[in-house]
Amino acid sequence: MSILVNDQTRVLVQGFTGSQATLHSEQSIEYGTNIVGGVTPGKGGTTHLNKPVFNSVADAVEAEEPNAALIFVPAPFCKDSILEAADSGIELIICITEGVPTLDMLIVKKKIDELGLRLIGPNCPGIITPDEAKLGIMPGSIHKKGKVGIISRSGTLTYEAVKQTTDLGFGQSSCVGIGGDSIPGSSFIDMLELFNGDDETEAIVMVGEIGGSAEEDAADYIKDNVSKPVISYIAGQTAPAGKRMGHAGAIIAGGKGTAADKISKLQESGVHIAESLLHIGETVKKVIG
Amino acid sequence: MNLHEYQGKQLFAEFGLPVSKHEVIFNAEEAIQACNKIGGKKWVVKAQVHAGGRGKAGGVKLIESPEEARDFADQWLGKRLKTYQTDENGQLVSAILIESCTDIDKELYLSAVIDRSSQSVTFIASSEGGVNIEEVASKTPEKIIYENVDPLTGPQPFQARRISSVLGLDSDQAKQFSGMFQNFVKLFNELDLSLLEVNPLVINSEGKLHCLDAKINLDSNALYRHPSLVEMQDPTQEDPRESEAAKHDLSYVSLDGNIGCMVNGAGLAMGTMDTIKYFGGAPANFLDVGGTATQERVSNAFKIILADPEVKVVLVNIFGGIVRCDLIAEGIVAAIKDVGVNVPVVVRLEGNNAELGSQILADSGVEVESLNDLESAAKKSVQLAK
Repeated sequence: MSILVNDQTRVLVQGFTGSQATLHSEQSIEYGTNIVGGVTPGKGGTTHLNKPVFNSVADAVEAEEPNAALIFVPAPFCKDSILEAADSGIELIICITEGVPTLDMLIVKKKIDELGLRLIGPNCPGIITPDEAKLGIMPGSIHKKGKVGIISRSGTLTYEAVKQTTDLGFGQSSCVGIGGDSIPGSSFIDMLELFNGDDETEAIVMVGEIGGSAEEDAADYIKDNVSKPVISYIAGQTAPAGKRMGHAGAIIAGGKGTAADKISKLQESGVHIAESLLHIGETVKKVIG
Repeated sequence: MNLHEYQGKQLFAEFGLPVSKHEVIFNAEEAIQACNKIGGKKWVVKAQVHAGGRGKAGGVKLIESPEEARDFADQWLGKRLKTYQTDENGQLVSAILIESCTDIDKELYLSAVIDRSSQSVTFIASSEGGVNIEEVASKTPEKIIYENVDPLTGPQPFQARRISSVLGLDSDQAKQFSGMFQNFVKLFNELDLSLLEVNPLVINSEGKLHCLDAKINLDSNALYRHPSLVEMQDPTQEDPRESEAAKHDLSYVSLDGNIGCMVNGAGLAMGTMDTIKYFGGAPANFLDVGGTATQERVSNAFKIILADPEVKVVLVNIFGGIVRCDLIAEGIVAAIKDVGVNVPVVVRLEGNNAELGSQILADSGVEVESLNDLESAAKKSVQLAK
């Protein structure tokens, strides 16, 4: 088992013929991901990377029956692409693109929830189930099939957690980057629920950062609902208040959302805190080693 | 991106929201003419900076002659105003807003933000205006109302009525507010705001609602839709290095330490700062060089980091996912040659083509300390910065 994606997942890439999509789709295919085709309006009927290209998601759904959409279109078009995938009933939609306007996301998120679909991202590295499927931009080679589930708001920090758990031999069941925006499609809680119910996952690593209250909300959820050990690192312990740290969502505003607050709330819920970025793997080892 | 009060009021007026008659001046000579144009016998002059707390700092004054306006402008234009929201250097006063004086019966509070937990635009209103809303929220929560605007169905009249009731408005005022509520939402949505605050929203001596202040923050992700708003940006209100970085599409925040950081990814950039601190050092900055770190970007990043005279060492931490480490290594080598880096550089490359990258650094002949794990790289940087 794993969560969300495996070697059976049929992936449709939106914005397929663009340069970023081409680069990452090529790597995903090489990793063994079952990419069944792509969408680029106006290029329907052609092939790209030996896969069929369609003019619309609806055409692709009819021909290839994908059950996951991976979106690489530029930020101004993400709202349209996500809603198009949702309109065709694709259950899992992953949006990699950074810089989507927040008001677009409010509408998208509301619609996705109404339809009962799942959106991961935007502004995220995607999802990987090692040795089965890579739907995103993460470097496949650092992953190893195993028993730690990883959830993170940040791309490169996810890689750090992955590498440490790989080096110590634990490996990963699946890794999900939920993205660094203030309105993400899925929350820590959504992913904690899935990992907690996954047989293969023995421990969950949750990599958080300053800003918002997603980690605090996750702490409340973990206390009552998660039976597996959770290990957490919170980035931004040295970040000053009022300054946005790159991610739209990473800002300490009105004295709220500090790393210290998040850490103490997580500790109260029994979460094991990695004392620094370098200690994620070691903390996993202490808990399940 | 933040706007000045005078820019906010201009937008309020465009969206039919009641603001005072006003003029904005950029040099003191314009003051008298501006007052005469507005008319009346009393005016309020307000120093324009991107910070609150201006009144207490002397940046707002009630005046009774146009000459006083000129003196106020003379006193403040080109000077720095220090408030509890600015740093110790204060913010440059680049403009003065002059407006007609409003007789106030009651001060109220109104704001709208993008609320993460309700995932909607949320209005916050209180019958206590002109004060710190966070204090009201903690001491007298019954005086505050939160109203979420559904992103799909939009603002409804019943919501305006609910807010009016908490604000204690009479029926005429409630009617006026109902229209204002629609216009506030329209302004928020059409211009992609991330925050709107009117503190205070007042009831004037004629019993009408009136916006005495206008604070607007814009969603920087949506600026591409609003070229006219981009022109309202006032670079004098921002850290010069941060705005220089923004020009090159780099995300940079200056900090107090002496270890310059260049990292790919915002999360890892924060993690790198934390790691430096963990080993007893102090980061000089946050800098996310981005997912597509080309040689040009790396060069620009070096220039911005080294413009800070405190920097004694630069730590480059790259975990290649999208970005190939060999390209980054070539960028670092070229940038060091191009920029003329005169402090030690410690580089940690990991991920996509990391070994090839390290090899390029080793063969380049430029002086860099190349280490392949973050712990050694951070320790080395802290040691070199001492």
